[in-house]
Amino acid sequence: MCLAVPGKILSIDDSDPDLIMAKVQFGGITQDVCVQWIDDVAVGDYIMAHVGTALSKVDEADAQIMLDSLAAMGDIDPIN
Amino acid sequence: MKYVDEFRDAQLVRTLIKAITSATSQSWNIMEICGGQTHSIMKYGLLDLLPNNIHLVHGPGCPVCVTPIEFIDRAVHLSQQPNIILASFGDMLRVPGSQSDLLSVKAQGADVRTVLSPLAALELAKQHPDKEIVFFAVGFETTAPAIALSIIQAKKMELNNFSVLVSHVLVPPAMEAILSNPQNKIQGFLAAGHVCTVMGTREYFSIAKKYQIPIVVTGFEPVDILAGILRLLQKLEAKDNVVVNEYKRSVKEDGNLAAQKTLWEVFSPSMQKWRGIGKIPQSGLKLNKPYRKFDAVEKFELQQIMAEESKICIAGEILTGQKRPFDCPAFNKSCTPENPMGAPMVSSEGACAAYIKYFNQ
Amino acid sequence: MELACPIPISDYDRILLAHGGGGKLMHQLIEKMIFNELKNEFLEQTHDGALLPIKGNKVAFTTDSFVVNPLFFPGGNIGDLAINGTVNDLVCCGAKPLYLSLSFIIEEGLLMDDFWKIIQNIKAAALKSGVKIVTGDTKVVEKGKGDGIFINTAGIGELIPDLSINPIHCQTGDVIIINGAIAEHGIAVLSKREGLTFETDIVSDSASLNTMMEAVFEVSNKIHVLRDPTRGGLASTLNEIAQASNTGITLYEKNLPISESVKGACELLGFDPLYVANEGKIVVILPEDAAEKVLETMKEFPEGKGSCIIGKVTALHPGKVHLETVIGSKRMVDMISGEQLPRIC
Repeated sequence: MCLAVPGKILSIDDSDPDLIMAKVQFGGITQDVCVQWIDDVAVGDYIMAHVGTALSKVDEADAQIMLDSLAAMGDIDPIN
Repeated sequence: MKYVDEFRDAQLVRTLIKAITSATSQSWNIMEICGGQTHSIMKYGLLDLLPNNIHLVHGPGCPVCVTPIEFIDRAVHLSQQPNIILASFGDMLRVPGSQSDLLSVKAQGADVRTVLSPLAALELAKQHPDKEIVFFAVGFETTAPAIALSIIQAKKMELNNFSVLVSHVLVPPAMEAILSNPQNKIQGFLAAGHVCTVMGTREYFSIAKKYQIPIVVTGFEPVDILAGILRLLQKLEAKDNVVVNEYKRSVKEDGNLAAQKTLWEVFSPSMQKWRGIGKIPQSGLKLNKPYRKFDAVEKFELQQIMAEESKICIAGEILTGQKRPFDCPAFNKSCTPENPMGAPMVSSEGACAAYIKYFNQ
Repeated sequence: MELACPIPISDYDRILLAHGGGGKLMHQLIEKMIFNELKNEFLEQTHDGALLPIKGNKVAFTTDSFVVNPLFFPGGNIGDLAINGTVNDLVCCGAKPLYLSLSFIIEEGLLMDDFWKIIQNIKAAALKSGVKIVTGDTKVVEKGKGDGIFINTAGIGELIPDLSINPIHCQTGDVIIINGAIAEHGIAVLSKREGLTFETDIVSDSASLNTMMEAVFEVSNKIHVLRDPTRGGLASTLNEIAQASNTGITLYEKNLPISESVKGACELLGFDPLYVANEGKIVVILPEDAAEKVLETMKEFPEGKGSCIIGKVTALHPGKVHLETVIGSKRMVDMISGEQLPRIC
């Protein structure tokens, strides 16, 4: 139902405290995204963007844990 | 792209498929609620990779598909008024109403604008003070907070030429409607990762308990979907009817509280009609009193525009998982993506359209 | 003419209905802005058509119409699009493009300056591809009856001997080459549409491919099929070829050349790049043993630098196109129903 895409924050404009905007990079393009709802948002963070708003900060540690545990599953039981 | 490519990894997919195959002792009916997940499943040909005894049932999580036909008619009617610009997400444009669709009326000269964000619709209202801008507000809990934000902004900026045609839908009431149907065949759910990103996972605890069914919160990339299926199978086989979060990099138990606050500032749950399914209590959103002047239905007196759906198609049974697209007599015959009859054929991720587009026959 | 290329008609800053009315204004427009800029001995015949010296009797003749919104986009405008599109259609017939016609249907109110820029791009594109504009027509329609400007073209080319290029020649065992990154034109145009605000460095791939392909014809006469995957994208073109030849086509997703920018835009819009338009791409289908030499030659040209093999022709699934996905699965790639619209879901 809901297309949300991970993007990297390049800059933040907090001149309007009710509508904090950020320039966010998706692959090779950038788009303005509202980051109003993200705590402690900083340049370099990855956020999940949906219809011009950031819904969450991508948790790098959790992403890595998932990938590592899946990779470990493959190591234990190698696939041909 | 970071956080995209790693989750489209062929080696991890092979590992997961092998684990899924060895974790399955019997046949299971699993519903992925979200149309975005249906889209990924088809786009990556996951059905061919999964063992035959896992039946994926494509749920009603396509907001475009379930928007009631009279709302399309209302949007079409509005767009034909000389002083109105109708702004909409792109995928809403092709959805047929009872007479026409937005793309057709646009071709005939109606001012219909595709926007990627409700904030872009707000910009239109600023740029065209002499015109009425109506935003066609569809979507689940994921999308509704962004609409709420644009309405709060419109109020703050006194943009009185901005209004919204609201047809939002909520996921948990729809899941309950499916589960409380006596014909229900669904044994486990993949919950929609981006809805949960906003709303958190707590809403699902009571559903899992009440209906004795495991629910796994799942992401959208092929590795995410297969990891969700694997976890769900483990829980099904163990008869462990719990809620598990397999999309931790985006979903936290509480969800996004700030987004929820924005959502409930503007909207409250209400009775909602779903195209192909019917009315489900508390499954929609209505504007709260301080924001009601932004309601396009009231502003333009659209209440009298009502419509009925085609009786031939079995959209309701497909959307609730009782039947599959192939079971419909109209599928790929009188009902095609070029000439859709029912809701699941209208959006490219609707179950029927997705089957036509990607199914490897 | 001064080096600064001043616009020769200073009396009007917009195209008027009268510029298509057949009178003085129309002649001024044609004389000063079109003939003078695009002049050659054939155009100077000033017939309704051109009398052309065609050697032998094997010619390729094509026609095309160009409608694009916006008229100006990163990497070009409707003018070069029209020339390159027509030239590439002739190339895909296995012909050397020679003569083009141009018909303008202009909407009243088009800025004269914009028309001038379009003509300049036509001039440059024609010069680069070595074709001559030999005849043309100009009509002006009332405001609201056109989208700024429409261009219709026709093109004539001389068939290159010893080539036999036709979609029905597509054969099992052939490989499929493309000359670089796909979906650039469609995304470049889209990035300039109102409401779809994203910033990008993507420019249209609009280019004529005859120079590169003439070099390819020099080294190989074994090419079975040539097609330019314009509207409807690579997927639509390959489906047409699969259907025409009743062969199956398998694409390798991991080999598809797609820039990071196009990838990002497609993720964000929910688009499939396989269905997005190209204006400087060519699909070359040929026997595997002829591929290496052709690839080498294509890579020597700027418009062929990114050339690579993206798929193969198979006896399986005749008439259909399949994609081997990055995760190792397969799916069917169908024709598209209508244009892609940005998705939220």
